[in-house]
Amino acid sequence: MCAWLTYDSLDIPSLLAEVAAEDCGGTAIFVGTVRRSAEDGEIAGIDYSGYEAMAEAEFDRIVADARSQWPDARIALRHRLGYVRTGEVSVAIVAAAPHRATAFHACRFIIEETKERVPIWKKECLATGDERWVKPHGG
Amino acid sequence: MNVKVLVFASYADALGKSELALNLPPGATVGDCLAEVRRQAGGRVPPAPLVAVNQVYARPEQPLTEGDEVALIPPVAGG
Repeated sequence: MCAWLTYDSLDIPSLLAEVAAEDCGGTAIFVGTVRRSAEDGEIAGIDYSGYEAMAEAEFDRIVADARSQWPDARIALRHRLGYVRTGEVSVAIVAAAPHRATAFHACRFIIEETKERVPIWKKECLATGDERWVKPHGG
Repeated sequence: MNVKVLVFASYADALGKSELALNLPPGATVGDCLAEVRRQAGGRVPPAPLVAVNQVYARPEQPLTEGDEVALIPPVAGG
């Protein structure tokens, strides 16, 4: 079982290398980064926490779902936990496939499912020193 | 039967703890477990949170067994 979670900075070239194959003509990458601005304050960083055992299991299920829909897609992903500063990468998803349509579809599917299913939470750390839990879907 | 209940994020903050040990009657369901947590929490846990049993999302009517790990899942915000 792959470890999808990490407390380390993400290594995008390493993820690309994981999926590279001579029969893959298209690779799609999604990179999520911590934004500076919220509607009501400047964000210094986000503290990511999770139900780690279930998050790993849910990522297993999401990747399995993606592979069942797009069997020729090669997939790599990592999600950071812990404190991630503004501008830093918090999540990276890479999907390679013989053709670009599959790569795009698989990559999009995984990030959308991640946002709906994986038990990870975000606490915004504002420049003022205040902290607040992020409500999903733009909260 | 004994079950372990995990709470996370804003729920853990509200409760002031991240884990509870419950002893439930035989045949208790996820819903029964949640009701007991809410009783002990004095209203600081929402009435219908997402719940997982042994790291899989579960419905309220799912029966529990000895040693189950029940988790109350606040609205997720990963990705």
